[in-house]
Amino acid sequence: MVKRLDVDRIREDFPILARKFFGKPLAYLDNAATSQKPKQVIEAIAEYYQACNANVHRGAYSLSQEATEAYEKARKKVALFINARSEEIIFTKNATEALNLVAWCCLSSRKIGQVLLSQMEHHSNIVPWQLAGRRFGAAIKYAKMDGWKIDCHDAESLLEDGAASVFSFAHVSNVLGVENDARLLCRLAKKYGAISCVDASQSAPHFQMDVKRIGCDFLAFSGHKMLGPHIGVLYARKELQEELEPFLGGGDMIKSVSFGGSTWNCPPHKFEAGTPNVAAAVGLAAAVEYLGKIGMAAVCQHGQKLSSFCRQELEKIPQARFYGEPGPAGIVSFNIGRIHAHDLGSFADREAVAIRTGHHCAQPLMGVLGESSAARASFYIYNTEEEALRLADAAKKAWRKLG
Amino acid sequence: MRRKKPGESWGEKMPGESFYRENILDHYKKPRNFGKLEDAHSQAEDSNPLCGDEIAFYLKFSEEKISEIKFSGSACAICLASASMLSQEAKGKSIQEAKKIGKRDILGMLGIDPGPVRLKCALLPLKVFKLALYKHMGMRG
Repeated sequence: MVKRLDVDRIREDFPILARKFFGKPLAYLDNAATSQKPKQVIEAIAEYYQACNANVHRGAYSLSQEATEAYEKARKKVALFINARSEEIIFTKNATEALNLVAWCCLSSRKIGQVLLSQMEHHSNIVPWQLAGRRFGAAIKYAKMDGWKIDCHDAESLLEDGAASVFSFAHVSNVLGVENDARLLCRLAKKYGAISCVDASQSAPHFQMDVKRIGCDFLAFSGHKMLGPHIGVLYARKELQEELEPFLGGGDMIKSVSFGGSTWNCPPHKFEAGTPNVAAAVGLAAAVEYLGKIGMAAVCQHGQKLSSFCRQELEKIPQARFYGEPGPAGIVSFNIGRIHAHDLGSFADREAVAIRTGHHCAQPLMGVLGESSAARASFYIYNTEEEALRLADAAKKAWRKLG
Repeated sequence: MRRKKPGESWGEKMPGESFYRENILDHYKKPRNFGKLEDAHSQAEDSNPLCGDEIAFYLKFSEEKISEIKFSGSACAICLASASMLSQEAKGKSIQEAKKIGKRDILGMLGIDPGPVRLKCALLPLKVFKLALYKHMGMRG
């Protein structure tokens, strides 16, 4: 039996939830875009700057050693969170940069003629491949959808001729909220000799992640969607890190530099050029610790509960259409009649309910769905059923006015 | 010194007037000059990539005046109302007069302050209309 979240207690940790708009308390339902931060994370960052700030991996002085220790300790914590080893964790600016790294490094280091993605990808798992594909001459194929999931049979049919050397896909689509069988898809990639890359931006904040169980070569996610500051994480299998050429060049990623050329630092430093965002790494470690204390099983359950409840309430509007299914990732995407999603967003805003509207950086998927835009509510650990009800009320109001 | 409460320095956003005033709802529900002109002398279309508003304008001219105007597309209430009002405003105007229709006129007709995000929705029709107008002027040389 999973222990339920004590939401009232959790809410006290999030100062921003005290804000009001139009006289009403903020109901923040845009967590798939970015989550709010608990004071434990904010304080960890402040403390780092107040007590520990220095450049890492360089100074012989004690303060620099402390900063380095804090940075590497953060790496270790994040590694444990997804069942990886420290040297398999590369810190990036965000998940987008992590995916750009994978695309560029794979295509620049190996002779790759074809890349497989899926129809439900976020732009950040399409455009980097298009850019690198154009530069290095790789074609891109897209696995179809079967219902709200990636069609495993279609993926296999596109992998089995061995032409695709990389398969990169979303663990959970940021529009549909449905979990793809990452383990099966990575096994398929491996079977046909393709590198596998999982975009875990929407799953890492909610699921107990285990890269060894998934069996992926790469896995990317964002710290800022899981209570942390703006930092990205890339898990990269060590053998691949050793084989692949670096992404960005500069300090810290080199072993030695001469006028004639350079040699590279050992993994993961080989892929972290320049002074890293140490405070963000420290903040992410605090976020991981916070989530660990709550327990990911409870986080998972809460997302499932609220998205199911929200869907059920919105279904009371007969003209509501939905994309995807409620699940642990806590996402509900919808439209109502012919009302433009932007208008739904404005009606929600008047009730101080923050939702996302638009194409959700997934224009190709929106095309498959036959919509140019949709409204999306996405829930996290501090959200309540009452907030979901406020959204449903705002949606009903919009329908009465504009329907 | 009293310590500020979280978020206090940001103040509280107070209720302004809703976007969805009667005149806007009226034009949204019954858009004027909605449709296409198959034999338009000039037409243009554009979209707002962030929210997915799409608007097209079709113009016909007679004796240096806009004799017929229609618009089509799918968009939010603010954008559709803006396009509808603009089409009424522009019809019958000379090219020189139509050129002068600007952002202020649009906001005046809508009668709201759409705020920085929705301003793009409100102004997309004007952009497309001007595009069609300038295309026509360009074609005439």
